[in-house]
Amino acid sequence: MNRIDQAFQRYNDRYRLIPFITAGDPDAKTSLELIRLLDEEGVTAIELGVPFSDPLADGPVIQAASDRALAAGMNLRGVLKLAQQARQLGVQTPLILFTYYNPVLHYGVERLVAAAKEAGFDGFIIPDLPLEESEALDRMATDAELHLIPLVAPTSHERIRAIVSKRKGGFIYCVSSLGTTGIRQHFSDGVESFLDEVGSSSPVPIAVGFGISQPHHVEQMSKHADAVVVGSALVRLLESLGERLQQEESRAAALDEVRQMIRNLVGKKGRVTSGR
Amino acid sequence: MSNVGLQEKADKRGRFGSFGGRFVPETLMNALLELEAGYREALADHAFQTELRRLLTEYSGRPTPLTLAENLTRSIGGAKIYLKREDLNHTGAHKINNTLGQGLLAKRMGKKKLIAETGAGQHGVASATVAALLGLECRVFMGEEDVRRQRLNVFRMELLGAEVVPVSSGTRTLKDATNEAIRHWVSHVEDTFYLIGSAVGPHPYPEMVKMFQRVIGDEARAQLLEREGRLPDEVIACVGGGSNAIGMFTAFLSDNKVRLTGVEAAGAGVDTDRHAATLTKGSPGVLHGSLSYLLQNEHGQVLPAHSISAGLDYPGVGPEHAYLKESGRVRYTTATDQEALVAVQTLCQQEGILPALESAHAIAEALKLAANRSHQDVVLVCLSGRGDKDVESIRQGLEGLHDESD
Repeated sequence: MNRIDQAFQRYNDRYRLIPFITAGDPDAKTSLELIRLLDEEGVTAIELGVPFSDPLADGPVIQAASDRALAAGMNLRGVLKLAQQARQLGVQTPLILFTYYNPVLHYGVERLVAAAKEAGFDGFIIPDLPLEESEALDRMATDAELHLIPLVAPTSHERIRAIVSKRKGGFIYCVSSLGTTGIRQHFSDGVESFLDEVGSSSPVPIAVGFGISQPHHVEQMSKHADAVVVGSALVRLLESLGERLQQEESRAAALDEVRQMIRNLVGKKGRVTSGR
Repeated sequence: MSNVGLQEKADKRGRFGSFGGRFVPETLMNALLELEAGYREALADHAFQTELRRLLTEYSGRPTPLTLAENLTRSIGGAKIYLKREDLNHTGAHKINNTLGQGLLAKRMGKKKLIAETGAGQHGVASATVAALLGLECRVFMGEEDVRRQRLNVFRMELLGAEVVPVSSGTRTLKDATNEAIRHWVSHVEDTFYLIGSAVGPHPYPEMVKMFQRVIGDEARAQLLEREGRLPDEVIACVGGGSNAIGMFTAFLSDNKVRLTGVEAAGAGVDTDRHAATLTKGSPGVLHGSLSYLLQNEHGQVLPAHSISAGLDYPGVGPEHAYLKESGRVRYTTATDQEALVAVQTLCQQEGILPALESAHAIAEALKLAANRSHQDVVLVCLSGRGDKDVESIRQGLEGLHDESD
């Protein structure tokens, strides 16, 4: 069974959290440390972002992280290697490859699906690949027992059914509001009914992302979704920890700040009681 | 080379051959479907067509003239060179054809806010103009580098009541202005119309822009038939995103004997890393919502483009051009910054016409090509815009040329 499906079935009395980090920000070694930390904290899945020159679904925080990672030499091949290293170190958490479509196309769709499987990924999120363009990749991923996680937006309306109806695993990524990724103070009143609408028509779990940065956001959204994605807030913390994460003497303390943030976000309802 | 079955419209998936499509965040998909429906209704609506024709005639000044470049033809001593004078349009370039079309469409669809991206500023000025005319709000995204290069056009846009948003990310040119325009559109998709300025972007933009620009070629073809009683041997247009070129070529696509040539910006040379020759040096990829040719590195990261002309300084190209390249119907070649500058000087001094730096790339190719042709041959060049906006860049460029030759 795909690790993502296992993760959603696993008994877990904490809020289900799916953190996003940009691979290679600030460097590959730190990314590996972060994956291990998130794995230890028992998050539901980890989105590992491939840095891209033109990340048009992302706001300034993740865009800047992408630039830093590119400057540090990260690329799609590097992200595959990172996942492989994480698996070799015993990381069990589902890993999701988050990437724009052009690097995929350039690598070769079929070749990437095989390489992602081999590296230990469990699914893909490709923000600029809507339903109409995703058929081939979706089929190849399914054959490899990987999930292409579809996105639905508040503007999707009657498209929701077409997007979610045939899913047999993974989850649906619900975009909380219009706009790019980034930290928001408030969510529109419609978000809860939007999530309920998706949830009621989806045969698989739903996750919500875009703008979630505070523990009370996580708590609020968790009432209407099976998992919550946190990206920009975490990436912004990593940006502020930058050099401290890279230097031997300050690394442990910096990683501890990340750990605290994750614990604050997931709440203190209890401990992970899964078999891990 | 055969063009039997050459596809002139995007298919249902928005593809020209394998190129085109819709590679955008889900948030925009319904807006694109609505746009496609609105566009198809407008095309079929007699009142819309009549209003667009009226504005093109009474407001923009169409039909634009066809000028025989007599002095140039004489001095080269080869083929006759005709210029399709899109520079004589209101606001100074072919861009107004498309902005009038999309502006009217936005209004018809009940949208009150326009956004646009611009490189050289011609599309920004044309968008701001149409917004003023039709009573719409207008916001124009422009890279900081282009804001610097095209100060005069920035001021024109502001004078017309538009808000110019300088973009400081990435290369600070058209590519990044387009990213920001898309980001803004994602946030405001419910009340905002994105007026794309070239034959690029997700379906239906490439097809729609072509339909609004095909007036260039349709007029030129009829005008030339009237003047010469025959079709041209060669049609030449510059290609950045490729809207003037597709507007010109469309009328001739099924005239098998007419050779079509698109000229990309070679910048400092196609063997350097400072050029914008997407079809010549790029490979298939996805940027700004469609699958086309792209300047990219071995990891699929988009590479910065370079051209002395802000309007050609773009690492992508319209998907139909990618299709026309692969089908062999259109030949794509390049002209360097230096060749464009020489073409500007030549056209100024011999014909008293100051072309835009974009158009000068097409002129440069015409100068080369006409010299090797017989007196009976006819070369038709799209003079897509006038060079007033580029005077400062031309001055600096020519100083550079003289310095090099010192």
